[in-house]
Amino acid sequence: MATKLPAVDVVIVGSGWTGGIVAKELAPTGLKVVMFERGRPQDTVPDFAGPQAHDALKYSRRLHMVQDLSQETITFRNSMDQVALPIRQHGFYWPGTNVGGSGAHWSGLTWRWSEWEHKMRSGTIGKYGKSLIPEDMNLQDWPISYDELEPYYDRFEKVCGISGKAGNLKGRKVAGGNPFEAPRQNEYPTPPMTASHVMTLFDKATANLGYHPFPIPTANCSQDYVNPDGIALGQCHYCGHCTAFGCEANAKASPHFLMLPLARKNPNFQLRTNATVVKINLDSDGKRATGVTYVDARGREIEQPADLVVLGAFVTGNVHLMLHSGIGKPYDPKTNTGVIGRNYAFQGGGGARLLLDSNTFTNPFMGSGALGSWIDDFNGDNYDFAKAGYIGGGGISIGSNSGDPLTYHPTMPGQPRWGKGWKKAMVDAYHHVAGVSHQGAVMSYRQNYFDLDPTYRDAFGRPMLRLTFDWQPNEQKLMAAHSAVCQRIAEEITGRKEGGAGMPRSFGHFNSGFYQTTHNTGGVVFGDDPKTSALNKYCQSWDVPNLFVLGSCVFPQNAGRNPTGPVGALAFWAADAITKKYLKRPGALV
Amino acid sequence: MTEKSETDRRTLLKLAGFGVGMAAAPFAAAAQDTHAGHQMAMPAANAAQSPGGAVSPGYIFLNPDEAAFVEAFVDTLIPQDEYSDKGTDLGVAIFIDRQLDSGWGNGDRMYLQGPFQEGTPEQGYQLKLTPNQLVRVGIADVNDHLRASNGGASFDTLEEADRITFVTALEAGKIELPSVPVRTFFNTLFQLAMDGFFADPIYGGNRGKASWKMLGYPGVGEMYADKIAEWRNRPYRVDEPLSIQDLS
Repeated sequence: MATKLPAVDVVIVGSGWTGGIVAKELAPTGLKVVMFERGRPQDTVPDFAGPQAHDALKYSRRLHMVQDLSQETITFRNSMDQVALPIRQHGFYWPGTNVGGSGAHWSGLTWRWSEWEHKMRSGTIGKYGKSLIPEDMNLQDWPISYDELEPYYDRFEKVCGISGKAGNLKGRKVAGGNPFEAPRQNEYPTPPMTASHVMTLFDKATANLGYHPFPIPTANCSQDYVNPDGIALGQCHYCGHCTAFGCEANAKASPHFLMLPLARKNPNFQLRTNATVVKINLDSDGKRATGVTYVDARGREIEQPADLVVLGAFVTGNVHLMLHSGIGKPYDPKTNTGVIGRNYAFQGGGGARLLLDSNTFTNPFMGSGALGSWIDDFNGDNYDFAKAGYIGGGGISIGSNSGDPLTYHPTMPGQPRWGKGWKKAMVDAYHHVAGVSHQGAVMSYRQNYFDLDPTYRDAFGRPMLRLTFDWQPNEQKLMAAHSAVCQRIAEEITGRKEGGAGMPRSFGHFNSGFYQTTHNTGGVVFGDDPKTSALNKYCQSWDVPNLFVLGSCVFPQNAGRNPTGPVGALAFWAADAITKKYLKRPGALV
Repeated sequence: MTEKSETDRRTLLKLAGFGVGMAAAPFAAAAQDTHAGHQMAMPAANAAQSPGGAVSPGYIFLNPDEAAFVEAFVDTLIPQDEYSDKGTDLGVAIFIDRQLDSGWGNGDRMYLQGPFQEGTPEQGYQLKLTPNQLVRVGIADVNDHLRASNGGASFDTLEEADRITFVTALEAGKIELPSVPVRTFFNTLFQLAMDGFFADPIYGGNRGKASWKMLGYPGVGEMYADKIAEWRNRPYRVDEPLSIQDLS
């Protein structure tokens, strides 16, 4: 029998971006707030202190900031006629664990999604008609427009000190920024980072080809900065240990230092670490959450009653808790009905590796997780994707991210991987190789979804989350087309044909066995129609109004951009709805 | 195997007094080879103790047979040449031993509950084996395979050219192993050898920061905020890369 604790006002599941933002925004209310983090405590000091913070074996290879699969993982299959099997070793995505969650180990690319990316269905139909949308594609609009979210994007950027250059200030195009971006009310809070040499090569080549390069907006701060909450961010060291690492300089925006200190200003805030929430509890008619049950470090099962529950776990964690707790109708792919588990999407990719001449030096170890140049010429609806025969777009970029030899010792295709001649090939390549890559949108389909696995159970005895996903023709075409663009840019940089160097990330079936990106979306999507969405526009459950669910699990499909910008903006948006509307009159907001 | 090396090895085996016909011979040969391998391992293990090395000599996880295999494997992958010393001299075998003995080697953060089945290639690793069990079983598989097909020679007793040929076949999945999928075994050990060559020397490999010097990597202590523009398209080099140990 679970021990039952005294009730609190709010329970927040997860200490990452979304939970952190809600906890910070709730602090002035003085409400009793308990935040649960399944991982251990961690902070810039002492956990990210150098030189141990740059231990690539520990963080890049052994993934000490990524979830412990012995406790929680998912099962995977490509299609419904297969038996799903557990992800036993870290595979295609790296969901964070420990305080700060994925927000502590991310790279830092921070986008506003485009206007079209907030209304992919109506935007596509408006331009091309319904016939472009395949029958099995569950293309859905966001229930909130870019204009509504714009002030919240702005808040998230200011809190994080995002470094970038506006391309569209209040409708006026600004040189140096992204000419395709939606109108912004304000410039970025800090200027772009210093460009690396490969970025200057990419900028020149893409401009020659008639494209529009600009610096990627980063949460790796280009200069010392104090945010509107009075929290200081340091200047990025360009040390090249970002992705999968914590940042020793507090240059990489992370909830562990931007949100939690402010949440703690509320004397009634408490963070419980090594505490895994295993279930959301409901009252007898299933219409109200009564709190959560969690398992502490000693394995004790404890019930924490609460008036309001906010889910801020990773995509897979949120979807799992919803399904396991029996909240909302589980999605049924056969009838395309039900909402929990619906509209899962991943992200496509690929690129072209290029070898510069031996007098060109890249200094690959000077960089950061998000340092790079980008073009949006083939992203969103900035180009005629219908002519290309598919829906969606992607960003194309070059980056200077990490030169740590443990994870970066490239050779050109055709060179030996070991033995005789291998070391020469590496030495020839290390300072002279670059990669043009693309990150592509993935639409949602009937046959790509989450449900509960009938066989496998996690360490807490719960049926595992099961993912059924495969690439569809739309995405295969997109990946092939964008890889060809990457190759064209690579050839423009080197001035010669780069035979066979450009390729999609994946041919044939989606392969779960190797890391691709952590950008998963869907499963608990928001929308205007309870038949096709689990949440209303405030990320509030249609079925259980004292439950809010945050993160990229609310996105109805994926874009060719990183998700953290809208994840942060939507968390501020939902937190506003909670503090300004819900707490005054608890109940359904729509 | 080339015909020539096949002949050479048979000659060698004969000279060493190993018969091929007796049932017990492969095992006897293995024991002898193991002993030789172990002795050959000593200089490499001792080398890890010398100034700049972070790890004590001697093996914790690997038995002498396995150590001999791993040493021969890393020296095949990372041979001595004008760019660096060979793998064993850089502590790569010691690195692998320590990793196999670690929590990671014991699969502490893997999901290892059944039921187990092979799955599709898209479903990733589905073995019941922890990384250290996989390596252990795989090494025994390989040596059994060699004994069966080559009359008593374990991998570490092969000549360099034969080792290269054999590892090439392992990598290509052209050898059938009874207990483990050959590519999974190869890739695990290959990755371990690479990690031992490139990881921070605090883990026992990459002795003297050899691979970092080879590539011109300045180490883990550098900050480049004021250098990235200044050194754009110019080779930034340091005399001595800095490791975690150097900075601790």
